[in-house]
Amino acid sequence: MALAKRIIPCLDVDQGRVVKGVNFVGIRDAGDPVEVARRYNDEGADEITFLDITASHEERDTTVNTVEQIAREVFIPLTVGGGIRSLQDIRTMLNAGADKVSINTAAIHRPELVSDASARFGSQCIVVAIDVKRVSGPGDPPRYELFTHGGRKPTGIEAVEWSRRMAALGAGELLLTSMDRDGTRDGFELTITRAITDAVDIPVIASGGVGTLQHLADGVTQGGADAVLAASIFHFGEHTVGEAKAFMADQGITMRR
Amino acid sequence: MTQRVAVIDYGMGNLHSVASALEHVGASEVMVSHDPEAIAKADRVVFPGVGGIRDCMEAIRQLGCDQLLNQVLNVQRKPVLAICVGMQALMTRSEENEGVPCLDHLPGQVVFFGESHVGEQGERLKVPHMGWNVVQPVGSHPLWQGIAPGTRFYFVHSYHVVPDDPAVVAGTFDYGLTGCAALSQGNLFATQFHPEKSHTAGLTLLKNFLNWDGTCL
Repeated sequence: MALAKRIIPCLDVDQGRVVKGVNFVGIRDAGDPVEVARRYNDEGADEITFLDITASHEERDTTVNTVEQIAREVFIPLTVGGGIRSLQDIRTMLNAGADKVSINTAAIHRPELVSDASARFGSQCIVVAIDVKRVSGPGDPPRYELFTHGGRKPTGIEAVEWSRRMAALGAGELLLTSMDRDGTRDGFELTITRAITDAVDIPVIASGGVGTLQHLADGVTQGGADAVLAASIFHFGEHTVGEAKAFMADQGITMRR
Repeated sequence: MTQRVAVIDYGMGNLHSVASALEHVGASEVMVSHDPEAIAKADRVVFPGVGGIRDCMEAIRQLGCDQLLNQVLNVQRKPVLAICVGMQALMTRSEENEGVPCLDHLPGQVVFFGESHVGEQGERLKVPHMGWNVVQPVGSHPLWQGIAPGTRFYFVHSYHVVPDDPAVVAGTFDYGLTGCAALSQGNLFATQFHPEKSHTAGLTLLKNFLNWDGTCL
């Protein structure tokens, strides 16, 4: 009778279309975001995350419009991220119908944005996105650091300590993405997932690398994640959210059915 | 029954979700407002809420929503649905933000889950209580019609309501303790979870609210 683990399909949206690249090359078109969101809502998704991967200023209005349309038809929680830099950006997305906003690079440049935002809007709507890569060599003690710009730019910031700091500043949830795994379909990076879920008292969403239903289950049972996020296994019709839930429930994971 | 619904807007965040959900289940008109005259014309009223209680209470008092709610609840006696922080604001006092006096419509406290919150088997429970949890209805209130005991609803909160009178508890959840998922008193029904974010089950509850005459059996 515990809290159910959540499955969160992720819509990476570029110029108004759902896309999903493999390591950011060979981007495939997966459809209209409103239609895709509606489908996941009907399939029993527990939440939906919308990541605006263009996030250039010209595209902002398109994003706001799309979020408004999704929020009118989808009655599960909706998180919006990508290019969120200020309290005004957060307010715009919440007013458009987002329930939560995900802050990524801006939290690195200005950590106080996280505390200001959670004080203003409540920590329940502030998700901090953490993009990490393993920086230690094989055989060395594992060390993961934050990267920006789609995993291209190192910051030198250690991931576990950063997670604790974000939680202390008032983040309501962490969205942890392994940039080594994102788009590879090799499964979550479970070592860092477990380290962060053990280190903080707020919920952690595992992301990056899901290629099979077993990967989703592993994120919970081995990584300790409270929620698992995936894109391509759902977008291209390989699996429905319902199949994923049935699979995870069969492994003894509490799911909403 | 006409389905004109007012959603009380005291400037604290996203009310689109609840307005869209009410329209989706058949409300003919949804007004998002804090204008007493507009709200007086509504058949029923939703009192939502998100964010910190101190800012909420400040906004509620500044905009006169405390008097407005008193009118709606006690004088006009319209059916009222309070959601999440809306429910918490109706209690006597909240522990959040170093202690904040609330509207005291229902005697009781709003208390923190606690640091290092643990479950029955000693397992660590994260706070906020965020996600889909099982709700057990207490009694047979009209708002539970068509909703099976044990249905999951979406919660997101770090503080929970403890009413002085246990008889007002209309539903419970378990999260390291048995908490109050819903309250009912006369023409008021209140939920800690978010029906507007709880998919089919939440939409059923909202539809029941639209058909509710404001009495309990």
